[in-house]
Amino acid sequence: MRRIYLDYAATTPTHPLVLKAMLPWFTDGFGNPSSIHSFGQEAKGAIEEAREKVARLVGAKSDEIVFTGSGTEADNFAIKGVAYAKEHEGKHIITTAIEHHAVIETCKFLEKRGFKVTYLSVDRDGLVDLGEVKKAITDETILISVMHANNEIGTIEPIQEIARIAKDREICFHTDAVQTVGHLPVDVDELKVDLVSISAHKFCGPKGVGALYIRKGTRIVPFMNGGEQEHGRRASTQNVPGIVGFGKACQLAQEEMGQEKERLETLRDKLIKGILNRIDHVHLNGHPTQRLPNNVNISLEFVEGESILLNLDLMGIAASTGSACSSSVLEASHVLLALGLPHESAHSSLRFSLGQETTEKDVDYVLEKLPQIVKKLRAMSPLYKPGRK
Amino acid sequence: MKRTKDLRSLYSEKVMEHFQNPRNVGEMESPDGIGHVGNPVCGDIMELYIKVKDDIIIDAKFKTFGCGAAIATSSMVTEMVKGKTIEQALKISNKAVAEALDGLPPIKMHCSALAEEALKLAIEDYLAKSKRK
Repeated sequence: MRRIYLDYAATTPTHPLVLKAMLPWFTDGFGNPSSIHSFGQEAKGAIEEAREKVARLVGAKSDEIVFTGSGTEADNFAIKGVAYAKEHEGKHIITTAIEHHAVIETCKFLEKRGFKVTYLSVDRDGLVDLGEVKKAITDETILISVMHANNEIGTIEPIQEIARIAKDREICFHTDAVQTVGHLPVDVDELKVDLVSISAHKFCGPKGVGALYIRKGTRIVPFMNGGEQEHGRRASTQNVPGIVGFGKACQLAQEEMGQEKERLETLRDKLIKGILNRIDHVHLNGHPTQRLPNNVNISLEFVEGESILLNLDLMGIAASTGSACSSSVLEASHVLLALGLPHESAHSSLRFSLGQETTEKDVDYVLEKLPQIVKKLRAMSPLYKPGRK
Repeated sequence: MKRTKDLRSLYSEKVMEHFQNPRNVGEMESPDGIGHVGNPVCGDIMELYIKVKDDIIIDAKFKTFGCGAAIATSSMVTEMVKGKTIEQALKISNKAVAEALDGLPPIKMHCSALAEEALKLAIEDYLAKSKRK
């Protein structure tokens, strides 16, 4: 059976050149980068070379990049690290209602420990309002964290403008750029951000490695204690093969970004238009234009997300949903609810995220199969009353 | 790479079979009892219709908005009640429905509870209506 992967926002396949770059560091290059001997120094050289590649991709200096075990860890590091470093100056953090759980749950953790957190609402397209950011700032505010682009609905936030507001008030600014780095140009100086979370496996790097960009001069408490690795900021023997692969993925992303972005946008728009034309009672979630090049998120009214996913999977198509039924918490996506969607629509959501192996034929295949699935499920749905407009 | 052939690691073969080919889908013309359960917040809505003759459920139909487990349990419960007396049907538990499907993942057990509840409500509706007659 034909298998079509359209869940690139969840993870991507490791690029063959990335894998090739990694392999020697499992075998001949097994040394510990902290060791003085040649085995160690070779490994150290490899991670420093990778650090430069990561730094180059985001316009940073290499000593501003700290390798972590994931994007989630980078978010935890940024938020807890700044909160603990500045808790004597104030205990207020501003973030949004649509952040990844790595940010939201970390903020909730801090709330239980005496911090105050403002979760900014968003408009129907998922955009944060700049006026709301300004209004939320108090003398106690020590950190603002707003994601660069949302992983579910693809909306790209006005990070540069929010960072400027933070800078004017001398407040530290963090952005979770897990969905954008490697896909869209990200320049830390242009965006004027202090902290940026990055994940390798979202753009053809390996899993289990990420990074936090920390602007020079930013006060932050180390994430792990127990060694001098990463300038004492993140103790642990480095994941050398992972880091090397991460560096290679950054290099490849830099080389291919422009062309790939345009190609994906064309496919994305074809898929969106095709679905809207072929199926009634469908709407697009997220911003119509200010969105990730590879993100399609729709609500197919009167049918439930998991049942669509199962049917798609039976036809070889892999996608994702914000319905509670697919999660272990039995709650619909907090992102979709934050847009003001009724619960039924949140449960009816479906996300396709495109990637480097997606072709026009794949899009055509989805456009052929999806209407059949929706028709079948609507025939079973008590919510669907044919003829209703 | 070893691949599981389909979604059996998530759902049993029987669940997938009922999910793909659900029995007794649709509304019923002048049913003797209707059970409506669920709410949009949790994401499962089920409607169950029964036709009763001489205290025996001679037909059952359903309409469900929900996940794979919700659709499969709806299908299974309508199969199970057909031919049963009201008394027998009232004894069908959510556990029995889940077992008939060769089990459900623990997180999906509430779907079978929903099916049991829909059935109970349909029977209650029938009993209330027949009293009025």
